[in-house]
Amino acid sequence: MSDAALEVRELAFAYPDGSQALFGVDLRVESGERVALLGPNGAGKTTFVMHLNGINAAQHGSVAVGGLPVTKEHLREIRRRVGIVFQDPDDQLFMPTVREDVAFGPANLGLRGDELDARVHEALEAVGMEGTADRAPHHLSFGQRRRVAVATVLAMEPEILVLDEPSSNLDPAGRRELADILRGLRITMLMVTHDLPYALELCPRAVVMNRGTIVADGATVEILSDQALMSANRLELPYGFFPELAGRSVTA
Amino acid sequence: MSGPHSHALYVHGHTWLHRLAPQAKLTAQLLFVVAVVATPREAIWAFAVYALMVTGLVAAARLPATFVAKRLLFEIPFVLFAVLLPFVGGGERVDVLGLSLSAEGLWGAWNIVAKATIGLAVSIVVAATTTMPEFLRGFEALNMPRAFTSTLSFMIRYTDVIADEMRRMKVARQSRGYDPRWLWQAKAVGSAAGALFIRSYERGERVYLSMLSRGYAGSIPRFDETPATAAAWAIALSLPAAAAAIASAAWLVTR
Repeated sequence: MSDAALEVRELAFAYPDGSQALFGVDLRVESGERVALLGPNGAGKTTFVMHLNGINAAQHGSVAVGGLPVTKEHLREIRRRVGIVFQDPDDQLFMPTVREDVAFGPANLGLRGDELDARVHEALEAVGMEGTADRAPHHLSFGQRRRVAVATVLAMEPEILVLDEPSSNLDPAGRRELADILRGLRITMLMVTHDLPYALELCPRAVVMNRGTIVADGATVEILSDQALMSANRLELPYGFFPELAGRSVTA
Repeated sequence: MSGPHSHALYVHGHTWLHRLAPQAKLTAQLLFVVAVVATPREAIWAFAVYALMVTGLVAAARLPATFVAKRLLFEIPFVLFAVLLPFVGGGERVDVLGLSLSAEGLWGAWNIVAKATIGLAVSIVVAATTTMPEFLRGFEALNMPRAFTSTLSFMIRYTDVIADEMRRMKVARQSRGYDPRWLWQAKAVGSAAGALFIRSYERGERVYLSMLSRGYAGSIPRFDETPATAAAWAIALSLPAAAAAIASAAWLVTR
């Protein structure tokens, strides 16, 4: 059996001020899976994500990406394998032009010249933004910036794509366009979101995190239909949304 | 805003001046201004030639004359005091339109106004034909320290973002009936400035995390290191070379 795309074991973490954020998280994601990470604010989702590429170091337990443990000596390779798309594209896009921003990651990996140009082009093409390479990020619309933010990570050819609230602040059309793009990517995906219909639409599997542990793991449609589980973890569906009905139209 | 990557001084175009390597343009601009400033003020003809050269550049870059004229108004506050020189200067007096003015003061005013106007005009041409990213690349090609160019780059990138935040905070204050008329009501503005500082500081941390996540290891990689061609340098430097020749000639004539 090959290594899991992501293997997290008994991960625990406390902040320097003593507040414990993670109390032993176990999660295994197979290659090619799309998994939604659900949970209320303050559940530890962001802290958890920061462990996946070694921004936060595991204090107890372990994280491995494609079999490679997340430790200091592997950080460079880990950060190539794990691409995190942050919530605010203005935090992610900091270079003067879109082209330079998308090139930033692969250039850090040592790519130069034609190879680098090809990476930038492919990544922008994958998110339908190839026409904006020479523009300044702050002259793009919010939805375009979110898509370029995805491209900046794709350019590193990651093995697992981690998205923090990908649909937040997007208008409905921008939200759908991003869904189409994400569905088209053949890549392992972990999506942190409060947007439960989005999770259902894109991720066949969902895990629920609350108070620093994983409290549920299963098919997204079943998790969203479990009312006791949902209300125990401050999760709520939009008015008039029935996951069993919507779930039938989803092609995983 | 007049284009995809414009700044307020940029005029979109496709002339050879727009295409000229930024490092050559910046160097030529600096040397040209030095030559102009080094020209003796008595050589009025030399300044006429400089003015012609700059007018030629404006035409070559296809800049609207009104645009350049408006931008030139920028110097007024700076040369205002020069206009006073003929009135307050000492020494020999001359009569101009019934006013008794200082000859030395007149020369002083002419010196400042002529050199400032020509220097500003050539800067306007460079700014109008060079995008922000090109400026940054130009500075880098001229071996400006990377800490400086990176800081400049971040500043350009985030000025709009922070100005936007500031605007939203202002609207939020006004929406709650804030309409300061007296100095002691300024406290809310002070608090907002503090909040803005904290927010920007936190954004800095988030940007840094996102950089780390993409493999940042202490220095921003250089892109597009294509050096300027010899032809580009030759074209650009012909301008300050001509100016230097004129300045030297002016010195010889006025001796």
